Amino acid sequence: MTRRWVSFALIAPLLAFLIVSFIVPVLLMLARAVTDRDLDRTWPASAAALRTWDGEGLPPDALARTVAREMLAAHRAGTLNRVANRLNYDLVGSRSLLYTTADRLAAGAPGETLADLARIDRRWARADIWTVMRHADGPLTSYYLLAALDRRIDTGGHILRVPREQAVFVDIFLRTFKIASLVALFCALLGYPVAYLLASLPRRIANPLLILVLLPFWTSALVRTAAWAVLLQTNGVVNDLLQYMGLVDAPVQLIYNRLGVYVAMTHVLLPFFILPLYGVMKGIDPTAMRAASSLGAPPLLAFLKVYLPQSLPGVAAGAVLVFTLAVGYYVTPALVGGGADQMISASIAFYTSQSLNWGMAAALSLLLLLPLLLMLFAGRTMVRTVPA
Amino acid sequence: MKPPRMSFSRFGRLALPGFCALVFAFLMLPILAVIPLSLNPGSFLVFPEEALSLRWYRTLGESPQWTRAFANSFKIATATTLIATPLGTLAAIGLATMRSRAKPIIVALISAPLVVPVVVVAVAFYFLFAPLGLVNSPVGLVVAHTALALPFVVIVVHAALTGLDFGLLRAAASLGAPPLTMIVRILVPLIGPGIAAGAVFAFMTSFDETTIALFIAGPEQRTLPIQMFEGVREEISPAIAAAATLLVVASTLLLGTAELLRRRGERMRSGASAPHVRV
Repeated sequence: MTRRWVSFALIAPLLAFLIVSFIVPVLLMLARAVTDRDLDRTWPASAAALRTWDGEGLPPDALARTVAREMLAAHRAGTLNRVANRLNYDLVGSRSLLYTTADRLAAGAPGETLADLARIDRRWARADIWTVMRHADGPLTSYYLLAALDRRIDTGGHILRVPREQAVFVDIFLRTFKIASLVALFCALLGYPVAYLLASLPRRIANPLLILVLLPFWTSALVRTAAWAVLLQTNGVVNDLLQYMGLVDAPVQLIYNRLGVYVAMTHVLLPFFILPLYGVMKGIDPTAMRAASSLGAPPLLAFLKVYLPQSLPGVAAGAVLVFTLAVGYYVTPALVGGGADQMISASIAFYTSQSLNWGMAAALSLLLLLPLLLMLFAGRTMVRTVPA
Repeated sequence: MKPPRMSFSRFGRLALPGFCALVFAFLMLPILAVIPLSLNPGSFLVFPEEALSLRWYRTLGESPQWTRAFANSFKIATATTLIATPLGTLAAIGLATMRSRAKPIIVALISAPLVVPVVVVAVAFYFLFAPLGLVNSPVGLVVAHTALALPFVVIVVHAALTGLDFGLLRAAASLGAPPLTMIVRILVPLIGPGIAAGAVFAFMTSFDETTIALFIAGPEQRTLPIQMFEGVREEISPAIAAAATLLVVASTLLLGTAELLRRRGERMRSGASAPHVRV
């Protein structure tokens, strides 16, 4: 009994630290994907009135009056920005509409009825701004998640595709998953034979060879990406070598495109495939293979029927690990990828620190994280095979 | 009886090592190639043909940006190590002695920072720290790096504990030693190398970390990885090769040390439990 409490007491400081400084921040961030508090925090009375309005046609004068009053108050308090930015995501031009209206109200223009507002700006007499406000009334929203899937809700509540020229995220997600899958495949093709060789050699030969895998594993991904960026330049070493060998006549573009991403990411992640697979292969009993061949199975058949199935958990663990790391990679694609060929991490970074649309950044993060969590729950092998 | 030895085997005997040699070359050559490039006396990224020069290393040493970035990284990594090592060590001891059904949940919580994509973690920290004014503050970076480093410390120290003979602890307890005395006098000396290895991993995790630093560090906290990231992005020169070489040497030395410590710890523990095993 006391020993049990000692164990818990020893873990408690770490758990407290992780919960406060990791779990809660990640959950709070993800919550932004489905919450919409810009309008209802800044204009609480308007948000309440919008929720009771039936949304048919134009709003009653009482609602218009509440909105006008809170718009003016927010303008004076310097918080109008929040609502203006939020409405502008949905309807371009809302930002200027709010600011011009608030300026006129501050100058003494009346805002008691819908007609008063329409006299300030005719756009108040149209249904779309009111529908957009009704969508933004919070506290929950599907707006960001739908937008991250290139969908939106129209005034009648139907889910529509956004116009083709604005539909970017589904393509970027598909590209991200495709790049990550291919990198995992390349790692499997290069890594399986290496793990097999290491596992079948006696330790005194395998251990020095293992250093050739561990040294890259220990070297930071940034340093290795930088090394590739140096080598793959148009006037870099690899191009010189290709020209010297007569394979190409003029320098080829090896970097700032998909090729550079595949080469550098496979290099960075290959040790993450080899090490868990090597661990699994070390545990395979070699007598099973000998038994198969003594029973007359040709080596290829013995390998396919006896060895390969036993090594598959290692392949799965390595592939899941590589895929998980690859989909969330930011540094390597940013440095060696093409500007128009970025992965979803670049979009998340853009909405976080440049466009400051945090709801969008959170929705993209959530959509990136969900498939990974599902995959990890499906193949529980992961946690135990994280290499140390 | 000899099974008919077939072409697959002969093919395999030649092709497998040959193929693996190519993969090993792919893994190692890019890392090794930056070394001669960094010794180039000229400004081009080509292999030096005549003289070698330490010019680019001098450039790094004399550049206030690079030296300040190094100092920042060193400070932040040291603070991360000082927080993550005791927290992670205590938790690893707790996990190793725990017989509770909550254990898998706790393990999953501790490994969460390894599973969540690093860009998602970076955004979460940005959203957390921006309203608190901790963006552009070293405190934010240390907290974030500690969260990332903790799982590594727990894994390494926990691995050191699995070979431990808990009979020694029971003996101490039966002689009346209080838990704290047991930890300080028996456990820590036995798993000391494991704790040191965990500390090295924590240091390297912080020292190498790029993505979160790019999101939440301000100009005052520019770390070495940020300096390097922007160097590669803006103006790629042999100075980048020189910095990469220094970092490769540093991580090889540090993590090689960690590996030696880990092995020494294994030997020490098997020595400590030897009387029980070899009857």
